[in-house]
Amino acid sequence: MLTFANLTKTYAGGGVAALSQVDLAVQAGEIAAIVGGSGCGKTTLLRLTAGLDQASSGFIEIDGDRVTTPHPAIGIVFQEPRLLPWLTVRDNVAFGLGDQPRAARRQRADEALERVGLAGYGDRWPRELSGGQQQRVAIARALAPRPKALLLDEPFSALDAFTRASLHDHLLALWEESRPTVVIVTHDVEEAVTLGDRIIVMQPRPGRIYEEIPVDLPRPRDRMSPNFDAAKRRVLKALDNSLNPQHPPGQAAPAGGALWW
Amino acid sequence: MTLQAPAAHAAADMDGDAPQQDAAGRARTARSAAGRIGGVWLVGVILPVALAAGWELAVAGGFANGRLMPPPSQIWSELARLAASGELWTHLLTTLWRVLAGFAIGAIAGTLAGLLTGASGLARQALDPTIQALRAIPSIAWVPLFILWLGIFEASKVALIAVGVFFPVYLGVMGAIGSIDRKLVEVGRVFRLGRVQMATRVLLPAVLPEWVISLRSGLGLGFMFVVAAEFMGASEGLGYLLVDGQQLGKPAQILAAIITFAILGKLCDQALVVATRPLLAWRDTVRARL
Repeated sequence: MLTFANLTKTYAGGGVAALSQVDLAVQAGEIAAIVGGSGCGKTTLLRLTAGLDQASSGFIEIDGDRVTTPHPAIGIVFQEPRLLPWLTVRDNVAFGLGDQPRAARRQRADEALERVGLAGYGDRWPRELSGGQQQRVAIARALAPRPKALLLDEPFSALDAFTRASLHDHLLALWEESRPTVVIVTHDVEEAVTLGDRIIVMQPRPGRIYEEIPVDLPRPRDRMSPNFDAAKRRVLKALDNSLNPQHPPGQAAPAGGALWW
Repeated sequence: MTLQAPAAHAAADMDGDAPQQDAAGRARTARSAAGRIGGVWLVGVILPVALAAGWELAVAGGFANGRLMPPPSQIWSELARLAASGELWTHLLTTLWRVLAGFAIGAIAGTLAGLLTGASGLARQALDPTIQALRAIPSIAWVPLFILWLGIFEASKVALIAVGVFFPVYLGVMGAIGSIDRKLVEVGRVFRLGRVQMATRVLLPAVLPEWVISLRSGLGLGFMFVVAAEFMGASEGLGYLLVDGQQLGKPAQILAAIITFAILGKLCDQALVVATRPLLAWRDTVRARL
């Protein structure tokens, strides 16, 4: 379980807190999707969880273990693939397996590549792969050390809609295998509803949780079904309200609200 | 769940812009690249050959006096004479040894100092101003001091070359470390690399292209300074051939030495490029910068 308690982050230079008193518990195996307007602290939340930044107050725990520096049980996929260009695809996937003997490392990396549908690509250079393939390598790299929690920071935002949909399926298939806890930050409401068990809508200035929306749709989810659409509308409305404080929760969103970003 | 192989392939293809080529396409590209390189090489040769042939004809036809600027045929026979007597090889090897010794010392010291000041803010604040001040001194100005300290033989010459090589390598490595993408460093942090591992697995590979470029400029300066060093008093070396040719009024010998310098410098540079090419195969640039 991933627990956030009273988490606050103010960046040096002061100003409004990027994150203010966030309390959240993500259950083991749950997929939590975080959406929110720009400046709502969603990326800050993920960087704190990855141990890349320090919280100003409050704390994060994974199964009772405090996270202050990068934690071995937490993997992260960034917005860009961030593959190391001087390593082959296989060596990139094996990058986090430094503590294991060479043969085991290679085997684990090849397994991870196979799971993301890139078997046989191990000896290529990252530059020889398309954007979607590179992001899959990044996912394989994060999953290779078998983390308990996987963080994704708008991982598919740079990809076209078709590639994105295929990667959603890939991600869900991978999640089914080992059921890690997943926290995905996205600005794509459809993506959030496709993937999330629960959608956390955040609000900016200061960054905080506005609303939590459970999504009780069976997987695989049909993007055309009325229930999917209803969940999407609910999230859009919450987002809209979160950005327009004059509309208290529950009031109808103004026309064109879907273009909140 | 493990994906079925066909599904995996379909998914791999679905990414669309995968840069895949059929074998025939690859072969075509390789052939045209080879043709292009051959063509470029020929184009580059036209100017020097035309100039040399023109001068040869001008002297042979009596339009010019070739005494101070001997025609290519005389330079060639001078080179042949020096090579046959063995003098050329003695001078060449002496010069080569001095350059390589100075280059090795300067490159290693420059790389280590650049790594230190590049990776550590404290080291940069403490050392870099001093090093930059030393860099502002024209390196030739050290010669009298080096001769006093190290004598007139090999040590002072090698020291001068090492000083010349040090600065470009130092600046290149330090600058390259400063410009490493923070995002890649974060990948290292996420996987909990220690200081040494971060240096060997992220920082060093990331600066390899800039490092090779700085080594090449360092090597070029090494050849510049070996001439300066050999001017200061030497009984052997290509620089000595230059001075000797001037004092005895033998312009053909001077030009023979200059041509030998050109060939030697180019060969050393090429050797460096070939030796470091495997380290840089991963780059994704419009054209290799080396």
